[in-house]
Amino acid sequence: MKCGQSQPRFFRYFFGFWDPQPKAIKAKSSIGNQRLNVRNPMRCQGKRAGVRATFAPHPAHALRILFHIGQYLLLLRETFMRPERLSLYWSRTVEEMDLLGVKSLGIVALLSAFMGAVITIQTKTNMDSPLIQAWVVGFATRQSTILEFSPTVISLILAGKVGSSIAAEIGSMRVKEQIDALDIMGVNSAGYLILPKIVATMVINPFLIMISMFLGIFSGWFAGVLTGIVQSDDFLTGIQLDFKVYHVVYALIKTVVFAFLIATVSAYQGYYTRGGTREVGVSSTRAVVFSSMAILLANLILTQMLLL
Amino acid sequence: MITVEGLGKRFGSVQVLEGIDAEFRKGMVNQVIGRSGSGKSVLAKCMVGLHKPEEGRVLYEGRSFHDMEPEEKRLIRQRIGMLFQGSALFDSLSVIENVMFPLRMFGTMPKGEMEDRAHSCLKRVSIIDKDALYPAELSGGMQKRVGIARAIAMEPQYLFCDEPNSGLDPQTSIVIDDLIKAITEETGITTVVITHDMNSVMETGEHILFIHKGRKWWEGSREELLNSDNKELNEFVFAGSLMRQVKKAMGG
Repeated sequence: MKCGQSQPRFFRYFFGFWDPQPKAIKAKSSIGNQRLNVRNPMRCQGKRAGVRATFAPHPAHALRILFHIGQYLLLLRETFMRPERLSLYWSRTVEEMDLLGVKSLGIVALLSAFMGAVITIQTKTNMDSPLIQAWVVGFATRQSTILEFSPTVISLILAGKVGSSIAAEIGSMRVKEQIDALDIMGVNSAGYLILPKIVATMVINPFLIMISMFLGIFSGWFAGVLTGIVQSDDFLTGIQLDFKVYHVVYALIKTVVFAFLIATVSAYQGYYTRGGTREVGVSSTRAVVFSSMAILLANLILTQMLLL
Repeated sequence: MITVEGLGKRFGSVQVLEGIDAEFRKGMVNQVIGRSGSGKSVLAKCMVGLHKPEEGRVLYEGRSFHDMEPEEKRLIRQRIGMLFQGSALFDSLSVIENVMFPLRMFGTMPKGEMEDRAHSCLKRVSIIDKDALYPAELSGGMQKRVGIARAIAMEPQYLFCDEPNSGLDPQTSIVIDDLIKAITEETGITTVVITHDMNSVMETGEHILFIHKGRKWWEGSREELLNSDNKELNEFVFAGSLMRQVKKAMGG
């Protein structure tokens, strides 16, 4: 059995930094019989690699994480260098706003409408007590939509749609030598390809999220009234009660940070794609997984920083 | 002129290039030939700065490329045109937009003038009527011609062609070879062609380098190539029956 075969692909692709480490490798690597690839520890080489899998972390995994963080930061530095021709960057940014933002409006609207309706029905179903005021359903729908559902869940959905598209586009350009062509022309390829995507997502996503907030609350009201589980007046009272503008500001700050993470993490995965079409697919998958993980981590940190 | 001094390149523990010394002369087609995997493309990529060599240096008009400041490197790169093996045209741009791309990025001329220049480049490669099409709508030979048009749009001083004949039929190959030779002669630029196509070598090769196992094995002219007694070179050059017949006809 070869190294890595005992584990499902899921682990190898998504949790490569904490991948199962065969005991045989650990034993043999110390005497030089097994060579461990620092960039991809799962690609160990050797005839007798992988006998029993354990989940022990390996120093190479830590090195690999540091390597990627360093490379990500270097790519960001290159991305934010002075553009060669600002007008070209601007026209690309407008194109990206359309591709990444406006073309995501449909899925955002659809999800927001259904989720808002479900939140209302779920809240009413689970809080159906004479002790609870009737306006609570509207209040809970508004709060959960503004604070969490629209900025975080919709950003996660956008990480899937936009993130995979960014990684696939840049990854394809890499394997078809188009990025090399840009470099040889003397164009800052990272800046030209990535900066417009960052700016576009950071500008357009807040608008998408505001639309999502409105549609979520509206569809909640619509579903509640239509099914007769809540009175229109009660719902409207609930959504106006104790409204804090800061909560919307907080949601938009989160959205901008998430947009930055989606664009940069996905672009990083695409930019360093090596190989062929299969690797473009892997980069695309990794872009979704790692940008989603980054969003969840950033959500925790931002909530702690901005709300508590 | 481009000079390569003691160039060495490793990928991990694999030594791909070792101690390459060569001069690529101005105004002629310099060809780098060798078997697949011998290190020809890596040499070209080291020369244009896509790979950083571990040993040696590449000199453009006597100045070491890898020791230059990033801004200076960028300026040198703007004087390099490159035709890639797969053409590397930008999929989302039309033919005319592809050719205009370097002009729009670095040129200072008005838009109308840029379009005129792009059209004259397309006319030079005989593909003027396809300017509104996208790369996916072109054949391999047409894509190569657009690649050449884009490479010459900025009037480069150095032209690199990586396997310009790969995947092309013999007739289209000759068209591409003739085009590269004509452009080199007309503009007096330094052209470096990476190839393993012996027809192309016979058509355009003026100064030829044979790379074998990552080392420069032989260097000379087309005539010297046919009369060389270098064993590895002869095995490579006369591997095909056509070239064997050429040798027989020459009394070899």
